[in-house]
Amino acid sequence: MASLPGWRTLPPGAVILEPGSSVRYKTADWRTLRPVIDQEKCVRCRICWTYCPEPAILELEKPYTAKSGRTYRVTYEIDYDYCKGCGICAEECPVKAITMVEEVR
Amino acid sequence: MVEKLAEFVANGELDAEFIHVESEHSALSAVVGASAAGARVFTATSSQGLLLMYEIMHIASSIRLPVVMSIATRAISAPINIWCDHSDFMAASDSGWIMLMGMNAQEAHDLVIAAYRIAEDPRVLLPVAVGYDGFWISHTVEPVYVLEKEEALRYAPKRVTWRALDPEKPVTMGPLASPEWYFEFRVQLQKAIEGSRGAISEALREFGQHFGREYREVDGFYTDDADVVLVAMGSVTGTAIPFAEEARKAGLRVGVVNVRLFRPFPEEEVFKHLENAKVVAVVDRAINPGSPFVGPLYSDVAVTAFKRGLDIPVLNYVTGLGGRAVLRSHLEAMVKHAYGFVGKRMRDVETHYGFVGVRE
Amino acid sequence: MSSFTIASIPREELLAPGHRMCQGCGAAIVMRHLLKALGKDVIIAHATGCVEVTTSLYPETAWRVPWIHVAFENAAAVASGIEAAVKAMKRKGLLSKEKRVKAVAIGGDGGTYDIGLQALSGMLERGHDVLYVLYDNEAYMNTGIQRSGGTPLYAWTTTTPVGKLWRGEWRRKKDIIGIVRAHGVSYAAAVNFAYITDFYAKVKKAAEIEGPAFIHAYSPCVPGWRHEPHLTVKIAKLAVQTGTWVNYEIERGTFRVTTPVPKRLPVEEYLRLQGRFAHLTKEEVDTVQRMVDEDVEYINRLAGTVVIGPVERKS
Repeated sequence: MASLPGWRTLPPGAVILEPGSSVRYKTADWRTLRPVIDQEKCVRCRICWTYCPEPAILELEKPYTAKSGRTYRVTYEIDYDYCKGCGICAEECPVKAITMVEEVR
Repeated sequence: MVEKLAEFVANGELDAEFIHVESEHSALSAVVGASAAGARVFTATSSQGLLLMYEIMHIASSIRLPVVMSIATRAISAPINIWCDHSDFMAASDSGWIMLMGMNAQEAHDLVIAAYRIAEDPRVLLPVAVGYDGFWISHTVEPVYVLEKEEALRYAPKRVTWRALDPEKPVTMGPLASPEWYFEFRVQLQKAIEGSRGAISEALREFGQHFGREYREVDGFYTDDADVVLVAMGSVTGTAIPFAEEARKAGLRVGVVNVRLFRPFPEEEVFKHLENAKVVAVVDRAINPGSPFVGPLYSDVAVTAFKRGLDIPVLNYVTGLGGRAVLRSHLEAMVKHAYGFVGKRMRDVETHYGFVGVRE
Repeated sequence: MSSFTIASIPREELLAPGHRMCQGCGAAIVMRHLLKALGKDVIIAHATGCVEVTTSLYPETAWRVPWIHVAFENAAAVASGIEAAVKAMKRKGLLSKEKRVKAVAIGGDGGTYDIGLQALSGMLERGHDVLYVLYDNEAYMNTGIQRSGGTPLYAWTTTTPVGKLWRGEWRRKKDIIGIVRAHGVSYAAAVNFAYITDFYAKVKKAAEIEGPAFIHAYSPCVPGWRHEPHLTVKIAKLAVQTGTWVNYEIERGTFRVTTPVPKRLPVEEYLRLQGRFAHLTKEEVDTVQRMVDEDVEYINRLAGTVVIGPVERKS
C-alpha cells in the first residue's frame, strides 16, 4: 500500500483517465471449472461469444480447417485471463463443442 | 433567483438551457451532470431544499466540479418556517464547498459572478455557494447594479479547466474507492479547500479592479480599539455597523466583524480583528444542538482565538432564528452583557452562550 | 430490423473484462450488448448499484465510454443535465453540431422502480433526449438482496424471508413500463438478451429517437435468484417461453409484442431453476401460474390479438 500514489499525485476527484483499464485485473482465479472448446466440433455460430458476460471469449481472425475439410474464417478461443468459469458458453453451445473441465492449478 | 433567470432566458438575454427539475435533489444532480459534461452551471435553493441537496453537495465537491449555487438562507423545519436564519447554510458547511455570505442584494449578485472565477480556477476546482439572508435580502427590494454579460465574461471567461465527459477521451467519474484509496481523496479535498485561499483573494481583488466594488474575505469596522467585537454574518452586519457608530457616541467601544468567507474559514483575517479586543461576542443565527459550542459561527471563531492563545472571553449570542428581526436593541443587550466580562479570561466565563430576543 | 443478425453484432468491446460482476452475471451480458448497440458516442450516467460498483473499482474502470456515477436516486437527473449541457454547448459552438452525443442513464430496479422513480418521472416529463436503461434483477442485489418494487410474487429476498408467517414477497411486481408510458414517451420497450437481435433492434431504435426513451432489460442474478451460473441464458429464455417476461415495445403509443409465444411452457419450469422460489408449494406455483395467465391476457388485450398463447403441458 505504501507504494501506491498519494493524494498529491492522484488525479483530482478520483477521475479514472484510462478507459477499459480493468483489463489489468485478471479474474482467472475465480474459476473452478474451465471451458475447453473443441475446434473440430465448433460451428462458429457466435453464441458462446455473444453470451460471455466478461467478455472472455475471443473472436479471432484465425482461419481453421476442420478434418471434414470445412474451413472457417474465425476461431473462438477462451481468454483464460478473464474467464470466471460460469459455464454459460458450454450450456448454450448448440453443438456441445464446449466442455467444462476441472481447473487444476 | 431562478425566477429572474427564467425571465432572462425567456427574453433571450441569457443563452442557457433552463431545466425545470422536479426537486432540489435533481436540481443539484442535473447541474453536477451538466458540469461534468463541461458546461457552466448554476442553481439556487433554500432551507429544506438545501437539505434535500445535501447528499449531492458532498459529491459535487468530491468529484471537484465547479458548480455555483446561491442559497437564500432560511430556517429549517420543524415547525415549518419560511423566514431567515442560517440553519440551512450552516448544515451544509461540512460539504467541501467554498461558502461566501453576502450582506446585501448587491453582494448576493456580485459574489455569484466572483464565484465562477473561484470555482473554475484550475488551482481550485471546487463548488461555491453564495449565501444571502432569506427574506431580509431575498424578498425585499434594493437597487442592484446588474453586470452586463460581456463585462462579466471579461472578468470570468468561460474555459473548461476541469476534466469533462467526452466520447473522444472517455473518463470514468465517481468510481468506487476501497479503503486503499478513499482516504487519499478526502485529504485531497481538504487540501484543495485549504489551498483555495489565494485564488479567492485574487478573484475578489480583481472583481474590485473590474467593477469598483471590492470585497474582502472579512471586513472589520472599528476593531482597532474596540472593547467588544461583534462577529456576525449576513444582513445583521448591516444593522451592527450603524449600531456600533451610535454606541461609540454613548461611550461603548464596539467593533464589528463581518465574515464574508465562511469556508474555508479565514482564521488569520478574523483574528486580526480580535486580537485587540477585550471580549468577543459572536452573533449566530443557527444552533448546533448539543454541541459544546452551540453556535456554528461561534465554534469557528472560538477555535480561531484558542489556537492563537487569545485568552479573553469569547461569548456566543444566538438570535434571529426563524425570521425574528434582530434589532439594534438586541445588539445593545449583547454588548452590554459582554461589557460585564471585560478584563476576564475564558475560564472565568460560566455560561458562554445565551439567546437574545426569545421568550422564556 | 430483420436484417440484423447475430453476425451483425460489432466485435469491438466497449465494456472491458476484469470487471467484478459475478460469475454468470446477467447484468454483465446486458451491459456488454447495450454498449455495443449504442456505440461510442454516448455519455453514461449510472445509478448506484451492483453494476456500478463492480465496473468502477478505483483505480480501474471497465468502461470505454465516458461514464459518471453520482448517487443512487438521480441517474435520470444527472443524464438530464448532461443532455442539457450537450445541447447548450452545441448551440454555442463549443461542441460540433454534427456529432450526436447521446445521454444514457442506467439504473437497476432499486434505482428505478423505487428510489429513482421521481427523477425518472421528471426526466421523462421534461422531454430530455435521454435513453434510460433499467436493468432489472428484481431486488437490491448490491446491498444484499433486499426486496424492491421490482421483486416478483413469492420471491425470497433477505427482507422477504421465508418463515413461519412469510412466504417470500407477497406483492406483485410494479408495472414500470406502464408508469413510463403514462408520461407519453415516444418509445419504451422490454428486452431480454436471450433474444439478442430483438435486444439490439430495440436499443438502437430507443437511442435514435429524439426525446426520452426507456428500455427495461431482463437481468438474471446468480446470487440473488439462487440459480446455477451456467443457467443465466436458459432462465432468460424460459422467462419468455413461460410468458413471465414479454418482449414488447410501445412506439408512439402503438403496442407490439416482438417475441410472440404461440405455446407457453408452464411457469413451474421457470420457477424450479431458481432457489428464490424453492419454497413454493404446488398451490403457490398455481397462484403464480394464474398471475402469469392474467398478465398474458392483459398483454393480448393490448396487442388486440393472441400473441402469447396458452400453456401447453408436456404429458
